[in-house]
Amino acid sequence: METYPNTHPKPNVLLKPVISVGVVGYGAYVPRYRLPAKEVARIWSNGVAGLPIKEKAVPGLDEDVITMSLEAARNALARAAVSPDGIRAVWVGSESHPYAVKPTSTIVAEAIGAAPHVQAADMEFACKAGSEAMVMAMGMVGSGMGHYALAIGMDTAQGKPGDALEYTAGAGGAAYLIGPAQESLATIDGAFSYVTDTPDFWRREYQRYPEHGQRFTGEPAYFKHITEAAAALMSAQGTTPKDYKYAVFHQPNVKFPQRVAKMLGFTKEQIAPGLLVGVIGNTYAGAALIGTTAVLDIAEPGDRILMVSFGSGAGSDAFDMTVTPAILERRERAPKTRDYIARRTEIDYGTYVRYRGKLAMR
Amino acid sequence: MEISRHWRLKKQRYSLVGEVCPHCDAKIFPPRDVCPQCGQEAKTEYQFSGRGEVFSYTTIYDAPAGYEETAPYTVAIVKLAEGPMVTAQLTDLGKEPVQIGMPVEMVTRRIRSDGDERGMLVYGYKFRPVLTNAAA
Repeated sequence: METYPNTHPKPNVLLKPVISVGVVGYGAYVPRYRLPAKEVARIWSNGVAGLPIKEKAVPGLDEDVITMSLEAARNALARAAVSPDGIRAVWVGSESHPYAVKPTSTIVAEAIGAAPHVQAADMEFACKAGSEAMVMAMGMVGSGMGHYALAIGMDTAQGKPGDALEYTAGAGGAAYLIGPAQESLATIDGAFSYVTDTPDFWRREYQRYPEHGQRFTGEPAYFKHITEAAAALMSAQGTTPKDYKYAVFHQPNVKFPQRVAKMLGFTKEQIAPGLLVGVIGNTYAGAALIGTTAVLDIAEPGDRILMVSFGSGAGSDAFDMTVTPAILERRERAPKTRDYIARRTEIDYGTYVRYRGKLAMR
Repeated sequence: MEISRHWRLKKQRYSLVGEVCPHCDAKIFPPRDVCPQCGQEAKTEYQFSGRGEVFSYTTIYDAPAGYEETAPYTVAIVKLAEGPMVTAQLTDLGKEPVQIGMPVEMVTRRIRSDGDERGMLVYGYKFRPVLTNAAA
């Protein structure tokens, strides 16, 4: 009799496909404009509020999740150097899709030349919509249904004027082309998802800005889900924090990922290269993914990377990756994440208000 | 409402897909199925690199209908690396002054909404200062 081990409820069952998979190409995107957190404090607290980050990335007037996903996708394809017609899925995770009804993914698929023989869908799960797309891509490639699948996490995050989130709600993200392990610049050796119904943050239909459960966003939400997912993944893989050269955690501010790293036993050095929130803000569905692109930009073959996302509502996806020698040549084929971060034009609060469409024009 | 037109032109607008003449190898943009160089039929699709340089430019302060929200903006004639000239907006200029001969690269951006905020979003090519030489 055949057995199906993954259908039985037992702890620490890895998400690991039958066919080994990995990252064939990756690409980041960060828009050019930066709003310093002190500008938000200047307007809303006479400059006395504590600042959770230095500054956040703000999209230009002609940018949104579609245009930003497209640039990240083009970078991922440039690195992978594969023909777009080999891509069998384009999945975009975001909580700021430009349309309420009409997919982001079809426009991205069309523009990169992957349409029409392709799956396309938009994912939604607060800040983990991007990593969710990655798990799905692992499933598609790992089952043999498609040779390549493109997973994107991208956001132009919303924050209510004056709210704590306005300091950090940034813009950016990354695209990952998932394919067979033997073609990969980093293999994905396993993943683990941990999800519960936790009301820490939400946005109702037709509302412009999200609500959050204040302190509830910490212990029962961010810290619980990330530590559970990371610990289960490491236990199943038989690894400890020492086995990883780098770790990247979802980063809504600078303190949370630093603290969760410490809780799990990771050092500051392990998380520093992927900790971008201080200079680009919280990129929501893009956060863990773009942090990992900055790590891939500098990693050496053999380095092991732990990536753990967190999405409110709530859940975490943890990934165990190992960098291969293909990284060395491929990462030079597209702009690095730090190139985008270095391209920087500071704006004031007034310009930010205009760029984010907070002025009623009619 | 020009939905059918936006739909028909999406390939050239999203990613600079033009044509190449099978007779004289001229690169053609926008695609027109007849080679402007030799006059023969040219229907072979050609993906432009997106690289080019500013041939001339002007800044629009009093924008036409549909573009008011992004004014002021700079429009340029860009000479593509493959030869053809295209007119397009420049974007992501930050505080960099535009110069004739400035190297630029194509990006796909939101051009406008068709009609008011209920209309479809129109995406298409713009050009920005070259980000890095890494992608060359």
